[in-house]
Amino acid sequence: MRAYLGRRLLALIPTLFFASLIVFISMRLIPGDVIDLMLAQNDIVTGQDRAKIEAALGLDQPVYIQYFRWIGDALTGDLGSSLWQNVPVTDQLLVSLPITFELGLLALIVALSVSIPIGVYSAMRQDTAGDYVARSFSLLMLAIPSFWLGTLVMVFPSVWWRWAPELEYIPFFDDPITNLKHMIIPAILLGLSMSAVTMRMTRTMMLEVMRQDYIRTARAKGVGEKLLVMRHALRNGLIPVITLIGLQAPLLIGGAVILEQIFVVPGMGLLLLEAVFQRDYPVISGVFLVVGVGVLVINLLVDLSYGWLDPKVRHE
Amino acid sequence: MSDLGLTQVLPTHGKRSAFISFNERLIREKPLGAVGGAVFLLFMFCGIFANFLAPFEMNYTDLTQRLQPPSLAFPFGTDHLGRDVLSRVLIGAQISMIVSFLAAGLATVISIVIGVLSGYFGGKPDMVMQRGVDAWMTFPDLVLLIVIVSVVGPGIPQIVVVLGLLYGIAGSRIVRGAVISVRENMYTHASLSIGAPTFHILRKHILPNIMPVVIVLFTTRIGAVILAEAGLSFLGLGIPPPAPTWGSMLSGTGRTYMYLGPWLALAPGLCITAVVYAVNVYGDALRDLLDPRMRGVNR
Repeated sequence: MRAYLGRRLLALIPTLFFASLIVFISMRLIPGDVIDLMLAQNDIVTGQDRAKIEAALGLDQPVYIQYFRWIGDALTGDLGSSLWQNVPVTDQLLVSLPITFELGLLALIVALSVSIPIGVYSAMRQDTAGDYVARSFSLLMLAIPSFWLGTLVMVFPSVWWRWAPELEYIPFFDDPITNLKHMIIPAILLGLSMSAVTMRMTRTMMLEVMRQDYIRTARAKGVGEKLLVMRHALRNGLIPVITLIGLQAPLLIGGAVILEQIFVVPGMGLLLLEAVFQRDYPVISGVFLVVGVGVLVINLLVDLSYGWLDPKVRHE
Repeated sequence: MSDLGLTQVLPTHGKRSAFISFNERLIREKPLGAVGGAVFLLFMFCGIFANFLAPFEMNYTDLTQRLQPPSLAFPFGTDHLGRDVLSRVLIGAQISMIVSFLAAGLATVISIVIGVLSGYFGGKPDMVMQRGVDAWMTFPDLVLLIVIVSVVGPGIPQIVVVLGLLYGIAGSRIVRGAVISVRENMYTHASLSIGAPTFHILRKHILPNIMPVVIVLFTTRIGAVILAEAGLSFLGLGIPPPAPTWGSMLSGTGRTYMYLGPWLALAPGLCITAVVYAVNVYGDALRDLLDPRMRGVNR
């Protein structure tokens, strides 16, 4: 297990390096207008101010030095300050990251509690009407944009029943009930869009596992169908599904951006969008970097859990 | 490894009869996929002839006809400026089709270039390139799109290039896999051993045999691009107004009027869902018929 962990950590280094390059380069591609915009915003026009800002942002240094300075700062937790608010980006991220994490966790719970039972049912009743309905539902969930579902939830209940979703964010530890009331709808929508792929995967894996010899043996020994599925099949069938959850982490964060905007959840997505509209580049690159590293960490954890769950993997 | 699955069917190559017999097979074996293909063709038709089909000019405003519910004169109703929603949805179809075909086409070309270089030549460049692709795929699609658009600005050409790059790099993994399996075939080795130039091998052996994968990749990308463009336009980072894209029709100022005219929230979303659903079903059917090994590939 330790060797496996070491290999996985080593493999992470080049990917992290390239990911940091992508973030860095994307921020260097900005046409000169960052400084122009800052100058216009603050009514400063002289050439001296321009040089001062360039020096402050480190833009007067060679590119590779800029990269090493930036990555060195980032490694010590310093992601610069917001251009307009003069707040460290790290502080803003520390506030918004847990919020997106809560939304993602809730969405994951929704996704799993929808997709696993339906996936198992679909596999057990292969090629029946129920199976077709379940599969069509999952295909539909892949096609419906979450921002449209979000819009429908905002508009129609309010037109028909004068009911509107909560839009005011209260931190979980201040008032858990109000917080959940606000978060649950975006979480359900996000979870539903995630459930599509997980459901298809659960179904495929269950179909595969149910055809294996040990299941036939168990059945021959007279194990009841319920026990057979719950204890024998599901355990093996769900291992690849866990990997899939890791692969869906980017999807979850991407979906969170749109839903956070619709339901005014002050998480990373909303932070990113506001930064984009204000052209607050340090915030954009900070969120960008944290999202990338976050996804890599989630994938690492998933891989490790995979080694822990499936003895075949750790002995390879 | 045998290659029967790959060389068997190549609908775009060869004679017309091959094309027709492929479609017959599609209808017979995958009826749902055929319906999906038909629905997609319908949307393509609407997109191509949008200017003739639309009863009004897309930005024709008539303030006396504000927020009219759906009727015979305005089948999808009118918006807060008295613009005909049907006409705008049709033009929206046109924009969606243009963006999705261009971006999916560009993505496919990028996937082929990276996939062939990486898969055929292998070695160190392959390893470096693949770590780059890993890093690229680490970022959520939408976050990557938002960040790049924040740098290059909104607009149709930018969106096409950005979406092409996004899905092109991600899809190169799939092309690479296909190239590696074709490279190991006997005919490629035979060609190599008689000293055929690399370019000849790529053109005569590799490219024709990865075509099924490429066709499926292109089809599934169309759906992905339509969704991504709609998402970006919804956030106000896609194609700027007054161009009526499906995504932007659901956002911006129009949003506040949806409580007075709920029909405004329906047509664009239904169109996105229908067309993406159709493409996905069609793509699934194509994949099953052309290349069964690709089952379960989502990215």
